Amino acid sequence: MSTLTIRNLHVSIEGKEILKGLNLEIKAGEIHAIMGPNGTGKSTLAYALMGHPSYEITDGEITFDGENMLELDVDERSRAGLFLAFQYPVSIPGVTVANFLRTALNARRRAENPEDKGISILDFRKTLKEKMDLLKMDHAFAGRYLNDGFSGGEKKRAEILQMATLKPKIAVLDETDSGLDIDALRIVSDGVNALAGDDLGVVVITHYQRLLNHIKPQFVHIMFDGRIVESAGPELALRLEEQGYDWVREKYAEAVAA
Amino acid sequence: MTKTNTKVRSKRYTASPTFGFTEEMLNAPSDSPLGSYRNSAWSAFKESAMPTTKDEAWRRTDLRKIPFDSFQLPEADAFNELAPVPEALLSPLVGDQHGGQITLLAGGSKVSLAPEIAKKGVVFTDFKTAEKEHPELLAKLIGNVVRAEDGKFAALTAALSQNGVLLYVPRGVQVEEPLHSVLWGAGENLAHLSHLVIYVDEGASVTYVHEAASPDDSLSMHAGIVEITVSDGANLRFVELQSWGSEIVNFSHERAKIGRDANLDWIFGAVGSRLTKNFSDLDLAGVGSSGRMSGFYFADGEQHLDHDTQQNHLVPNTSSDLLFKGALKENSRSVWQGMVFVAPGAQKTDGYQANRNLILSDTARADSIPGLEISADDVRCSHGTTIGKIDPEPLFYLLSRGIPQEDAERLVVEGFFDPIMQRIPFEGVRNRFQEAIKEKLK
Repeated sequence: MSTLTIRNLHVSIEGKEILKGLNLEIKAGEIHAIMGPNGTGKSTLAYALMGHPSYEITDGEITFDGENMLELDVDERSRAGLFLAFQYPVSIPGVTVANFLRTALNARRRAENPEDKGISILDFRKTLKEKMDLLKMDHAFAGRYLNDGFSGGEKKRAEILQMATLKPKIAVLDETDSGLDIDALRIVSDGVNALAGDDLGVVVITHYQRLLNHIKPQFVHIMFDGRIVESAGPELALRLEEQGYDWVREKYAEAVAA
Repeated sequence: MTKTNTKVRSKRYTASPTFGFTEEMLNAPSDSPLGSYRNSAWSAFKESAMPTTKDEAWRRTDLRKIPFDSFQLPEADAFNELAPVPEALLSPLVGDQHGGQITLLAGGSKVSLAPEIAKKGVVFTDFKTAEKEHPELLAKLIGNVVRAEDGKFAALTAALSQNGVLLYVPRGVQVEEPLHSVLWGAGENLAHLSHLVIYVDEGASVTYVHEAASPDDSLSMHAGIVEITVSDGANLRFVELQSWGSEIVNFSHERAKIGRDANLDWIFGAVGSRLTKNFSDLDLAGVGSSGRMSGFYFADGEQHLDHDTQQNHLVPNTSSDLLFKGALKENSRSVWQGMVFVAPGAQKTDGYQANRNLILSDTARADSIPGLEISADDVRCSHGTTIGKIDPEPLFYLLSRGIPQEDAERLVVEGFFDPIMQRIPFEGVRNRFQEAIKEKLK
């Protein structure tokens, strides 16, 4: 079973430390939620996991099934089974969703077997249609330019479509609920729930409880000032829903100030 | 071969740029159909100075290091001793088969035309044959659109070109099968001069693909004239591909004159040559005429590609739409200088020009100089130019999906060129450009 282990992770952006010793372990089959006030480093964690060049790891380790992720390039991390659903997916004009996904799938196949000739067009179309149906997407979507002119909901669905097609072992969903209306939220959540299972571990990063009504985590973590400060079951999310983040700030702000 | 090359290269930096051609090389007896044309072109050649960077049109293209004095006209049948045309160049780029094909070679040419097309009165042949079989037609059509006085290289080509294509499509004739010509410029220190005369008569239509290529690493020059007439109500789709070898210096003067309600779809692909200076002018001379110019270029190494375009709206109700897109790698450089000209009284003109460049290295450079000169008041004209690099964020996005760096860059570059591909109705041509992208990104 796949395990992503983060130990004492310190990350800086342009010399400013954002993550200050974060620990977390996620196994395939589990759903974790990471919650916390804005500006506590939730997205930084997501980008650092994926290997964005602007995020400098100054200390700590990230291992995936025992392999040191920090030694892998971004594309290698993806092929190893890590997936990040972006909060703000960028558009790539002139590159269709289908062309992009086929390239990504073939990159995986070639990494396994350099002689691979790539997925057949027929098989690819079939796979893509299945996944689009799962997310209630119009098949014409495949011919559109990636994220180019997509609505907020379309972008998030496209992220989940990629996740469904690339079949990662651990998926990090960064604020996937932001910008979604209730219908889109349900479709996206249903998609994630359909994919979650023994082979996939999910980390849901969110500011709000509402996504967790649809995607039910077994573990909820609160992030504050670059660390995970509280970890518990789903009841922790309910407490945040009722009480907000003030008690977190009160409890841990002193430590920060000190 | 390699030794010759080294010699040539060292020479290149000391030579003065003066042509060694003499009047004796002029094949222009007074009774030949092109006699007077060539003689007057020779006068124009002698009278015109070699362009320098002081000339506005040549400001960004320096010819001083080119050993013009070393270029010789190819002897008759010289091609027999030179590298043969690669088979791949002869296969159709448009559709499954050609209606006709002409191969222009150093000191010779080969022609074929489907009998059913010839039967309709279509002339598609080389100059030598045209001089014998269609002397009056050739004499009537040559020099009407591009004049020898248009520039030093136009004059040179007009005077001395032995190689050329005459395409004449008679009134009302629709040629379904595309016509194809290949100019193969093998050989060292040669001056390949080519002249294309294209005349599509009233209401006729045709698709014509012309490609110029040569082996890598042989230093030679090409100068060409392309003169196009699309008569009233006629339709021409013209694809020009430039895949010259890496050491070729290449010059061309091209002009298309479009009649009433006629249309030209003009596609350019430029991936070859050491240096190219290309003038392409669109004259919208008939009311209701339209022209679209689509350019694809990709330079790498030390390549220098300079494209000069003009969209001349001479009468009312004409439209032009130009899009040139290029990518530049390593130390390459591109220049695009465009002008939309609207003549006095040319109301209801719709003119557009755009040039977009993608810079793939710190040392490549693109110059993009749009221009509008408008002398009518009821017109719609606009232009846009951009010069940019690959954004890191889309790249990161693609990498994060497991796509390796090289493939990710290729996707972004292909995406950049997509608007040009969308304008090309020929799959074979699109595939050729895709291959060029792959090849250049290696």
